[in-house]
Amino acid sequence: MTDYLVCDESDIAEGGRRVVQCGQHEIGIFRIKGQLHAWHNICPHRQGPICQGHIYARVIEPVDERGQVRLLQYDEGDQHVVCPWHGYEFNLETGRCNGNDRMKLFRAEIAIRDGAIHVIV
Amino acid sequence: MDATTPQRATDLPVQEIDVTTDTRDILAHANQGAKKRGLQDWLICDVDAHHVETVSWHELVEYIEDPVIRHQAMLFHKEKLGGAPYGLNGDMGLKYQDVGGRIPHQASLREKTEPGTHRDVTLTRRAMQSLGVDYMVLFPTPMLTLGLHPQPEMEVYLGRAYNRWLIDKVLSVDSRIKTLAYLPFNVPAEAERTIEEFADKPGVIGFCVPSTRHKPVHHNDYMRTYAMLEERGLPIAFHAAYHWQDASLATVNRFLGMHALGFVWCNMVHMTNWILNGIPERFPKLKSIWVESGLAWIPFLMQRLDDQYLMRPSEAPQLKKLPSAYMRENCWYTTQPMETSNMKALELTLEMINAESQLLFASDWPHFDFDLPQEIYDLPFLSEQAKRNILGLNAAKLFNLDPTPVKRL
Repeated sequence: MTDYLVCDESDIAEGGRRVVQCGQHEIGIFRIKGQLHAWHNICPHRQGPICQGHIYARVIEPVDERGQVRLLQYDEGDQHVVCPWHGYEFNLETGRCNGNDRMKLFRAEIAIRDGAIHVIV
Repeated sequence: MDATTPQRATDLPVQEIDVTTDTRDILAHANQGAKKRGLQDWLICDVDAHHVETVSWHELVEYIEDPVIRHQAMLFHKEKLGGAPYGLNGDMGLKYQDVGGRIPHQASLREKTEPGTHRDVTLTRRAMQSLGVDYMVLFPTPMLTLGLHPQPEMEVYLGRAYNRWLIDKVLSVDSRIKTLAYLPFNVPAEAERTIEEFADKPGVIGFCVPSTRHKPVHHNDYMRTYAMLEERGLPIAFHAAYHWQDASLATVNRFLGMHALGFVWCNMVHMTNWILNGIPERFPKLKSIWVESGLAWIPFLMQRLDDQYLMRPSEAPQLKKLPSAYMRENCWYTTQPMETSNMKALELTLEMINAESQLLFASDWPHFDFDLPQEIYDLPFLSEQAKRNILGLNAAKLFNLDPTPVKRL
């Protein structure tokens, strides 16, 4: 295991990210709802650069009491990173794939020391 | 772990991929994957990749043969603002291909290119290098629905202009880039003229019929076209697309559904007519390639046609064997978009189509559902020889290409 110093904790704002090279590993660190989450930059679908994708809130389609629908909406509490290769979407807090519970992002270990973010891989 | 002396992580040069990102950065993982698998020593032929010909439409219209239409088109692009490319019918669905901006390379490739080299040459070379491809067959994109144009002569004007422009600006610059030249299929006499004119041009390895059209492929008017291709040993490709004007798909409201069905349906209809009217019996050496419909439809159609044929052989009197036998022996298929959610089904599909000789790798880059060569390389149920055949050697044989790898990863 090797310790990599990334940046100050405050350098990643809410909704922001830092994608870094740590030896042979590419790691994306995101801040969602105040918390930092680190993921390997490998989409479990086809090894695409998932951490370099756009972030979208999950799309939902509310159904009324009659079973009818009218508008699409964004669920702002469920932020997804979208693989830029093929569009696979993953929850940034859990790493779960939207539409396939068996597919998940690979979490990376991070630590905060003296106000700085470290990746341990 | 040595916590006292941490190493410094370095930022990746691209933090978030967007429409300005260089193809080589977008596909960096693909290149790493190709190197890791040793694909340098494998011949990789990508039988279906795309460029966006409308980016260069102002150049292309200068190649229109008809002087009046050419003049109109050039004036249109010189003087009008905000118009669609001259003469194209297009399809509204193309606006949705990038999944609402989620897949930037599908939306646009606005990366910087080198001055002095045509943009499409540069982008194609970058894609070939990144994917590990030796030869790449380029297809147009918006022109794939030109077969539905209400003016059949417009397909003739633009199809010929496209062929001439592509050869002049792209194919003559790089011998690793190939085309299946556009056949203006709605006007059979012009299709024949196109074969005469382009069959021997550099980079032309066959001809393509965009599949979205309402002309029956078994009409007697096309028999000379097929005979000419058979005589020259040049394949005919049916490249799928979708169109929302198809009444049978009029109720489909989600692009996902339209794309899933439309790209298959057009080729299912043409294949059904192709087989039941005995085209492979009439032209046994004519090689047909069925492009960009994926693979899962083929076992369905084989079984469906076989079952029905045996109950009604009088309606397909030219057949001397089961429809599935023609589909397996006389037809070639491109891999993309290869359905992989059920690997047992995929294995059976490859067995049913005799993939070892009939299947051709295709990436469909830069579209949203593109595939990599490693999808074939990683299949657990194929022999190495079968993988080599699918990734390149089948195409080399079909198109008479040198099977020696020429790329540098």
